[in-house]
Amino acid sequence: MGTISLRVNGKLHILELDPATPLLFVLADELGLRGPKFGCGMAQCGACTVIVRGEVVRSCVMPVSAVGKDEVTTLEGLGTPEKPHPIQQAFIDEGAAQCGFCLSGVMLTAKAVLDEKPDASDQEIRDALGGVLCRCFTHTRMLRAIRKYADAKRKV
Amino acid sequence: MSVSRRDFLKISGALIVSFGAESLAGPLVHAQGPFDTHPSHIDPTKLDSWIAVAADGTVTAYTGKCDFGQGMFTAQTQLVAEELCVSVSRVKLIQCDTSVAPDQGTTSGSQSSPTNFNSGNLGQAAATAREALLSMAAKRFGEQSDQLTVADGIITGKSGRRVTYAELIGSHRFDIPLSATAKRRSQEQWTVLGKAVPSLDRPALMTGQFEFVHNVRVPGMLHGRVVRPPDVGGTVASVDESSVRQIPGVVKVVVRKDFVGVVAEKQSQAVQAARQLKVKWNTGVGLPPQNTFYESLRKLPSRDVLVVDSKDVEQKLAGAGTVVRATYVYSYQMHGSVGTSCAVADVKPDHATVWSATQSVYPTRSIVAKLLGLPLEGVRVIYVRGSGCYGLNGADAVSFDAALMSHAVGKPVRVQLSREDEMAWENFGAASLIDQRAAIDQKGAIVAWDCENWETSRGGRPGYDHPGNVITGVLAGFEPVTVTARAAEEPKGKLRNNNNAVPSYIAGCIDGKCGGGGTIRSERVLFHTVPSPFFTGPLRSPSRIQNTFAHESFMDELGARAKADPVAFRLRHLSEERIINVVKAAADAFKWERRPSPKPNIAQTGIVRGRGIACVAYEGDNGYSALIAEVDVDLASGRVMPKKFVVAVDAGPISNPDGLRNQSEGGILQGMSRALGEIVTWNDKRVTSTDWESYNSLYLGSDMPAIEVILMKPTGVPATGAGETAITVVPAALGNAIFDATGVRLREVPFTPDRVRAALLAQRT
Repeated sequence: MGTISLRVNGKLHILELDPATPLLFVLADELGLRGPKFGCGMAQCGACTVIVRGEVVRSCVMPVSAVGKDEVTTLEGLGTPEKPHPIQQAFIDEGAAQCGFCLSGVMLTAKAVLDEKPDASDQEIRDALGGVLCRCFTHTRMLRAIRKYADAKRKV
Repeated sequence: MSVSRRDFLKISGALIVSFGAESLAGPLVHAQGPFDTHPSHIDPTKLDSWIAVAADGTVTAYTGKCDFGQGMFTAQTQLVAEELCVSVSRVKLIQCDTSVAPDQGTTSGSQSSPTNFNSGNLGQAAATAREALLSMAAKRFGEQSDQLTVADGIITGKSGRRVTYAELIGSHRFDIPLSATAKRRSQEQWTVLGKAVPSLDRPALMTGQFEFVHNVRVPGMLHGRVVRPPDVGGTVASVDESSVRQIPGVVKVVVRKDFVGVVAEKQSQAVQAARQLKVKWNTGVGLPPQNTFYESLRKLPSRDVLVVDSKDVEQKLAGAGTVVRATYVYSYQMHGSVGTSCAVADVKPDHATVWSATQSVYPTRSIVAKLLGLPLEGVRVIYVRGSGCYGLNGADAVSFDAALMSHAVGKPVRVQLSREDEMAWENFGAASLIDQRAAIDQKGAIVAWDCENWETSRGGRPGYDHPGNVITGVLAGFEPVTVTARAAEEPKGKLRNNNNAVPSYIAGCIDGKCGGGGTIRSERVLFHTVPSPFFTGPLRSPSRIQNTFAHESFMDELGARAKADPVAFRLRHLSEERIINVVKAAADAFKWERRPSPKPNIAQTGIVRGRGIACVAYEGDNGYSALIAEVDVDLASGRVMPKKFVVAVDAGPISNPDGLRNQSEGGILQGMSRALGEIVTWNDKRVTSTDWESYNSLYLGSDMPAIEVILMKPTGVPATGAGETAITVVPAALGNAIFDATGVRLREVPFTPDRVRAALLAQRT
């Protein structure tokens, strides 16, 4: 056991836990967050994705102690149902989900690549999403929503 | 404990708003069902079982058909709003909770729309309620019901007097039966149904606030993990509980016959304990070699159904100029939900609550009661959405896992499966072997069609009585339903084509009555169900995708032999209008060029392009689709790259066109993933495709084909299923397109690059 301070979505949490605990279990069980989800536990699907230091991280394989002082952003850290982030708004507008379990991986991965490279091509976006699974296969709508978000973002 | 109806509505309002486990775990566990019915005994013939109007005018509707992401929550909300003439925002839908919702069995088989949107159940209840309210208002105004108008829950009389639903009924029960004659609003009158109402879950989903079953948290909840046998059929020899004693937080090792699980305070501790627990397992039953497995199905004892038999098929085949034969193989495939299955159970000495993503809350209630020795009334199963299931994934099994573990520790337990446990032990989509024979006459018409099918089966949905139909039940000591060999009887009664064993092109005549979709009158379909070494269960378009792959590929082979255009050849042998219409609509939209397949002058190197069509009358009459696929095939690597899909779908009146498009697009891509890459693999002991490296799925990074969805708008017909019609035709459409491009026929799904390459090489030698 150890004391861990963890900054998530703008809030600092002081937690007593085993520092080897996967970040995902801390977010889901200790902090009750619903965005990141357990899909495989092996970094193969993306359902547990969060953003740390501007980069996507598979929180199922990252020990909480590895986060350090950096901020963790989850899907709920982007926006709220009342005030969604533009990428979330694009997904709402395009109806880009069915069950929606995979959305953390899809949206956060797309957001991270477009933050890094606002003029990313469709191919570059797809490359970034190469390890993200959606088993309802809502792919076309998701890619359309991401494109819409990217285009709007570039105009700003 | 008795809860007044008003209180109940308040609670149920909170329930739907928050979907919150906290509100559910509280007083509602003890709450009675609605309107003083016995908990979980909700009489579907009574209006109050379906519809309640609160004092604030809110309409609460109860349904036994749940939303897995296919859009049923929104569509049913639209249905209630439409029939009751209120806005969507006024309707609160409560789905699949054995304490408050009627038992509608299982949400499956493309049956939700036919069940609730046609002549009975939820839609009829809402119409009954509207008529009852109108007659109450008429009485109050001293006018005739048909002189009244209604808008958003406000009834206006001819005299201009107004009264709200809430004023008429709020906080009182209707106390009337469901009326079979209550007039339904016609498609022309629709203002809410038929509109692309955005799925109501979107804002919460997209912002990470939606509560999945994985997010259910109950006070005092512990975490469980299962420890499954390494091999199929493995049994416990001994469990060394001391092997996990030093892991902090471990509460208990749970063993019940061959069921093993660990319960710990934290999820990571449960994961670690499950990995570390020393269990001595007896060897399993051994598995047959995969490469000869499908051919071996013919020799197994089988349960036979002769679906149709004109008794002259052998004679016609013997006398025909051209006889075509082919055998098709469809591999085991997985549901492979992106999130592993999860459930939370809270078992007390005399009652239990289970939060489950099952498609079958009432059957799950029965099984949990059976496993735990509780009375039926003591178990409540509450549906909470899981990761998309596409059929019987691990949702039922994990609900039983959670119940067993919570029972053992006397505290609420959340169980989520590991990826390996999910994939090794789920009920796979069945493997099939299908023999086809047909005769073509000199004019190029098919004159006889014979089909014989071997489909694997073990277990399946647990239903109300069979815990052993999924892994947890077997481990806990229950037997699965297995195949009992039985000879076929003569076909009688109406043609039954609910598993699409019957090709669309045969007449389907039994005792002079023809229920098929086609013109071929010399016909025989013999279906064998044979034992499976693995659990099987419904996976999106169960049996139908396998059978349709064989029928629609074979139809293409026959057309090629007759040197006929694949679309024209189909139309020539079809008689059913709705399937004809979807074929024509898809062909028109694709700008189909009439010519036989394969296409002329195929290149020998590089990338070649082709097109293929397939169509189906889903379950014979539960939805219609025709799909045209355009693919590129890389002749060097054998890679198949779909470029474009055009699908025409007829689902009867469309509740929500956006929902239907979403289902059709997703169905096509899921079909593409299954047709091109998905296959369960095994060695002599166990399943070996147990993660996303060993089981192929189309990722979001894959090249995406363009998809065009054409929605048919038939009139005067009932609603049909819609979620499975598009996927059903994908493997055949792709196989036919590959044939068109290359001249090579693929008869085994999936069409992996290795297989395509091998087939191309075989063709050249």
